[in-house]
Amino acid sequence: MPILTRLFIKTSFLYLIAALFIGVALVGRSVWQLPAWLAGLSPVYFHLLMVGWVTQLIFGVAYWMLPKYTQKQPHGFDGVWWATFWLLNLGVLMRVVAEPFRIASPAPLWGWLLAASAVMQWLAGIGFVFNAWLRVKER
Amino acid sequence: MPKLSRRYVHMAFFNLIWGLTFGGLLLFHKGVPLTPLMWRLLPLHIELMLVGWTVQFVLGIGFWIFPRFWRSRGNETPARRAFWLLNIGVWTAGLAGTLNAPAEILLIGRISELGAGLLFVLYVWQRIKPPGTGAWGKKRV
Repeated sequence: MPILTRLFIKTSFLYLIAALFIGVALVGRSVWQLPAWLAGLSPVYFHLLMVGWVTQLIFGVAYWMLPKYTQKQPHGFDGVWWATFWLLNLGVLMRVVAEPFRIASPAPLWGWLLAASAVMQWLAGIGFVFNAWLRVKER
Repeated sequence: MPKLSRRYVHMAFFNLIWGLTFGGLLLFHKGVPLTPLMWRLLPLHIELMLVGWTVQFVLGIGFWIFPRFWRSRGNETPARRAFWLLNIGVWTAGLAGTLNAPAEILLIGRISELGAGLLFVLYVWQRIKPPGTGAWGKKRV
């Protein structure tokens, strides 16, 4: 299993665990009198599950299993793959931080962090599709 | 990778690009407001990411890697029809939510997705089998 696949998959599992913790906190908020800002994590919970875990797991397995692009470049353009990994994860982390803070404080910084996180995740998706599209072929 | 898998996976990528674009616009708007109309994109974003991308990618890869009957993948017609039903369903249901269309249109989209799911499962069921067996696990003679 190539290093980038391992990174994608292990990072995705970390997000899965984080999402499950947040899931517990969201429900446990009323039982354990946890801070009110935790309610702002509801979109983060779904985002971690769908993008942080499922989508990232698919990216990692696709890097490993899709037919080779060429003998010299089996995975396609590795620079773009690495950029995809970093853009996706920085984007997801920035959302995890900015989303609850944006609710707790009106400072524009959090809004701009969210906007930047959106752009980074979009670029990661474009990078993935660019590389993976080339490898979806007969053999 | 067989032709039908390529079709499923390419379409999944197409839906991923649109799903991410609409999701990106929504998230950007959450941080830096653009127009309140942006929230209308939410149903289409969810439909594209959940069914159009994730489900479709899994079905496409499943069609490729599940065990075959010697060199054949059996009668592929149900899986081929499922592809069309799935994508018609995704875009009909997604656009119905986004454009505030009558509930009947949304229902047509969801029924189309259900039809796709049923056809694909019906097709793929016989390929989930031990090695060296035919359809429904019958031993090859």
